[in-house]
Amino acid sequence: MSWWPVLALCASAYALKVLGLVVGERLDGETSERWSLEIVVVPVLAALIVIQTFTSGQRLVFDARTPALVVAAVLVWRKAPFVVVALAAAATAALLRLVA
Amino acid sequence: MSNDPIFRNALSIGVATAVYAVSFGVLSVAAGFSVPQTCVMSLVCFTGASQLTFVSVIAAGGGVAGALPPALLLAGRNALYALSLKGVLSGSAPKRALRAQVVVDETTAMAHAQPTVAAKRRAFDLTAVCLFTAWNVGTLVGAVAGRGLGNPRDYGLDAVFPAVFLALLAPQLRGPDAMRAAVAGALIALALVPIAPAGVPIIAASLGAVPVLLASTRRRRAPLGHAPEVGR
Repeated sequence: MSWWPVLALCASAYALKVLGLVVGERLDGETSERWSLEIVVVPVLAALIVIQTFTSGQRLVFDARTPALVVAAVLVWRKAPFVVVALAAAATAALLRLVA
Repeated sequence: MSNDPIFRNALSIGVATAVYAVSFGVLSVAAGFSVPQTCVMSLVCFTGASQLTFVSVIAAGGGVAGALPPALLLAGRNALYALSLKGVLSGSAPKRALRAQVVVDETTAMAHAQPTVAAKRRAFDLTAVCLFTAWNVGTLVGAVAGRGLGNPRDYGLDAVFPAVFLALLAPQLRGPDAMRAAVAGALIALALVPIAPAGVPIIAASLGAVPVLLASTRRRRAPLGHAPEVGR
């Protein structure tokens, strides 16, 4: 494998990160305060959660990850520690796959 | 430091990430990349979903022309993240350039889950250090050791990431505006998954924030509330 695909991926991935940084810095304080850009992350994280849970390639699926997310949601709601949430989700999915 | 919730959370994210990094290393070498090429990808690209997609498409015979567009679409959300982290990505120009490199899902989610700018910066930096170390050590181990290390799915590790992101999203969901934006984002993404290329649904989900942004320009007030701490 030649190096150019690696370097092309690296350069463009970094360029995208810097693009967001530069655009953010160009916005004046009033604009960014009024538009409270933090809210943009909320729907993106929500999308990430459902995509990592309910999709396999381009298909929508319900598998061991679904009950794992339900367990995680209950624990988050009960204000369980972060590590407990992560371990409980892994254990739920692993056990269900072991049984299945 | 073990009593520091931010550090503990960053560390647990690092552990789960390391296992995924091992699978990336294995996949990348299997796809025909050398060990140095695999490690350079993790050091310099440092955006997991893009790297995994890139080497998977090449392994499946899709070629570089087939692999680059989906990888870049997946990396596109990092631009949105960097934009949202205005005020967190601080410091001198070299420091900002360095911090830009570590703008990914985990660092952004950890930063935004904190109540103050100082805590956001600290969470971002600590998560970045844990994540960068884990991702690169894991990649090297996977690239060198190769197959035979088992599938992360067998340990349920694929379920860890949505759980972790949920724990990080929860403190940002104070108030009906944020809740509406979250539900809209999730619905947009699920609707687009069957029809749009990978990466597009997540970027398009950001449109879920548009009604809130428009409403906030009318009201001129910040719609986001914060819980004092994550996971405690």
